[in-house]
Amino acid sequence: MSLVKVTNLSKKFGKFTALDGVNLEVNSGEIFGFIGPNGAGKSTTIRVLLGILKASEGNVMIFGKDAWNDAVEIHKRVAYVPGDVNLWPNLTGGEVIDLFVKLRGTNNKSRREELIKRFDLDPTKKCRTYSKGNRQKVALIAAFCSDADLYILDEPTSGLDPLMENVFQECVLEVKKAGKSVLLSSHILSEVEKLCDRVGIIREGRIIETGTLKELRHLTRTQVFVETRKPILDLNQMKGIHEIAEKDQGVNFQVDTEEMEHVMKHISQYGIMKLESAPPTLEDLFMRHYEGSEKTDTGVGGAN
Amino acid sequence: MAINTIAKTSHLTRFIMRLDRIRIPLWLIGLTVFTLIVPIAYDDLYGGPESARAGLVETMANPAMIAMSGPADFDNYTIGVMTAHAMILITAVIVGIMSILLVTRHTRADEEDGRIELIRSLPVGRLSYLNASIIVLFGTSIVLALLIGFGLYALGIESMDLNGSLLYGAALGATSLFFAGVTTVFAQLSDTSRGTIGFSIFVLLGAYLFRAITDVSNEALSWISPLGWVSKADVYSSNNWWPILLMVGVSILLFVIANYLHSIRDLERGFLPSKPGRRFATPFLQSPLGLALRLQRTGIISWAVGMYVLGATYGSVLGDLESFIGDNEVFQQVLKGAEGTSLIEQFLPMLLIVITLISSIPPIMAMNKLRGEEKKGRIDHFLGKAVSRSKLMGSYLVLSVVNGFVMFSLAAFGLWSVGTSVMDEGLSLTMIYGSTMAYYPALLVMIGISILLIGFLPKFTTFIWGYFLYSFLVLYLGGLFDLSEWIGKLTPYGHVPQAPIEDVTFMPMFTLTLLAILFMAIGIAGYNRRDIE
Repeated sequence: MSLVKVTNLSKKFGKFTALDGVNLEVNSGEIFGFIGPNGAGKSTTIRVLLGILKASEGNVMIFGKDAWNDAVEIHKRVAYVPGDVNLWPNLTGGEVIDLFVKLRGTNNKSRREELIKRFDLDPTKKCRTYSKGNRQKVALIAAFCSDADLYILDEPTSGLDPLMENVFQECVLEVKKAGKSVLLSSHILSEVEKLCDRVGIIREGRIIETGTLKELRHLTRTQVFVETRKPILDLNQMKGIHEIAEKDQGVNFQVDTEEMEHVMKHISQYGIMKLESAPPTLEDLFMRHYEGSEKTDTGVGGAN
Repeated sequence: MAINTIAKTSHLTRFIMRLDRIRIPLWLIGLTVFTLIVPIAYDDLYGGPESARAGLVETMANPAMIAMSGPADFDNYTIGVMTAHAMILITAVIVGIMSILLVTRHTRADEEDGRIELIRSLPVGRLSYLNASIIVLFGTSIVLALLIGFGLYALGIESMDLNGSLLYGAALGATSLFFAGVTTVFAQLSDTSRGTIGFSIFVLLGAYLFRAITDVSNEALSWISPLGWVSKADVYSSNNWWPILLMVGVSILLFVIANYLHSIRDLERGFLPSKPGRRFATPFLQSPLGLALRLQRTGIISWAVGMYVLGATYGSVLGDLESFIGDNEVFQQVLKGAEGTSLIEQFLPMLLIVITLISSIPPIMAMNKLRGEEKKGRIDHFLGKAVSRSKLMGSYLVLSVVNGFVMFSLAAFGLWSVGTSVMDEGLSLTMIYGSTMAYYPALLVMIGISILLIGFLPKFTTFIWGYFLYSFLVLYLGGLFDLSEWIGKLTPYGHVPQAPIEDVTFMPMFTLTLLAILFMAIGIAGYNRRDIE
């Protein structure tokens, strides 16, 4: 069952098109990773989901309700952490946490204390003295101590140190274990790789790829390193081979997944001494889409 | 060592001038134009022989006017003396506000936002940025003094000689310098820009009100107030430069103190203590209304005290006014027209317009805070949770409406409580309170317009202040400049019956309230439909 269902969402600011036909689904009980370069439309999408921006076109449903018209009903079951947490300089962190929890309508005192301890926050300090990371902790604590069904987290860890990053990941996994869903927008691809069940990549206001990591990898290349007895001939003329580089006694290259069988047959003729292969990292996937866009922009595509 | 602490000050001075290249000239041009148009208008209206101004001397030389614009040489009330009397104090207050805002921007505000940290990481001295902003303010003050000094002289009005004109300019320049000094000191003491502005404005208004009271009761005591020094310069009459030199001297002393305080403190710390806050929010805080009230608490209390003091200040001169009118035959003749009202009551409408207009500032500010929160990106915290837009805007509306009621009541009460104690026959509380509250529907219309702007044209929210300024100018100066009636009717305040001379009738109040409710409803509907920035 999908908790969030975005169909053909477009958002225009004057003449500028920020979102152009976005389709997105977050299923019950899953962690959905939302990645894309700066200015691609991640935060705009999230703010439409929250009914803070009004969609120019398309249909945005959360829990089967309309994100704009039923915003208040929806938000009783949603916890949100913005990327840029702006707080009131003259309130303390503790006061802001209580305020946020209360506004959402649920209250969990013991969980609050536990989270404050885990995130190592001093709740008696005024918000003006907090660093970016500490302000994010305030928003994260407020989010995780409410019993929401859907957590919308917009780059929640950009200011956290590695230790706190770990605490954050634990919290997300706990939430998932409890059967809740998470929409996690992030720049930190290792984090997405570690946590997310499915991923959507957005670029220039369009979702260009969506699916499980496994599915995404299937569409792409595998990194291969081989050492052979004889030099491999005609490697650069084969279909589906990219970025050949000689290294030590061997050669490094990437293979399109659908050409793998063909390529392996070819190189085995040369007497394989050593073979290493690695699945592409999310970063590879991401970079590939990103570079792809540059090529289309400048019109030099198709070199490989 | 000493040189090192101010290394690269000249670079930073140029940098600040670059940052303020539009803001400072706008202030200077505005102040100059504001100053120069008045003597031109006066010369048109009241130029010529002394007799042309005889009636005017009578209206200006009463305690209420002295409380507002200070003492003057009434025996020799030339166009020059008249200009200086009517304008120099009020201009000095505006100049003071300019200095406070400009200096805070480049001291505590830059520090609070972490920009000074960046600058301090460069090879510049510890005191360089502070002194660069002081130098810029020095320059601004000198240019202001010269522009106004030579500008007034260039008008070629007979009673406005070069010496007096330059002194006029110098008085304003020195005021600018003085409040720059006050602000640099508070920028060291307080650890927030809000605090810096708050304390400095407090000194400014305190200086103004103190001299208002002492100018009427005991003029010698006015020497305690720096704004008293501006009147003591006696521009275009005895042209006394000493008070101005005193002002410059004290300013320099303040700059020295600020430099010292800056050199012994840590960056981003102040001297006024900031205590650890609460671990838990009080139940009261946990709603949009509670939060809005909490955020504005200090502001509301300061304004509330200010409104009471404002009312009380005007009230305190009523006694003097009474005996003054009692002794003055011209006045008694002028005011004889209306039967059944006491002489004081003739003066009240003018006082009430000023009081209610000033009391309208805090409630309008309270409403506009909603837009301020949006600009700071903090509205998402509400709308991302189970709070509807109507509830959010409604909370600010309730706060603003109650705020206005409290401010109006306190100002009226201040006026009555002090007024009644200094007058022979006393004042009727019902009369004062009723006449003040007659303006309340007009305030509601202003709040309604604010809501309309926030709901539909959020980028133009500040336009409400333009409209407010229009109302102020039209109603305050309307009498002096003999404006047509319809110009006054363009502001909601112009439709309010001028109690106690006129009867408070039901219709205008009802219409204004209805209009206000309509604006509010439409504005809330608009807010429900637009994007949040």
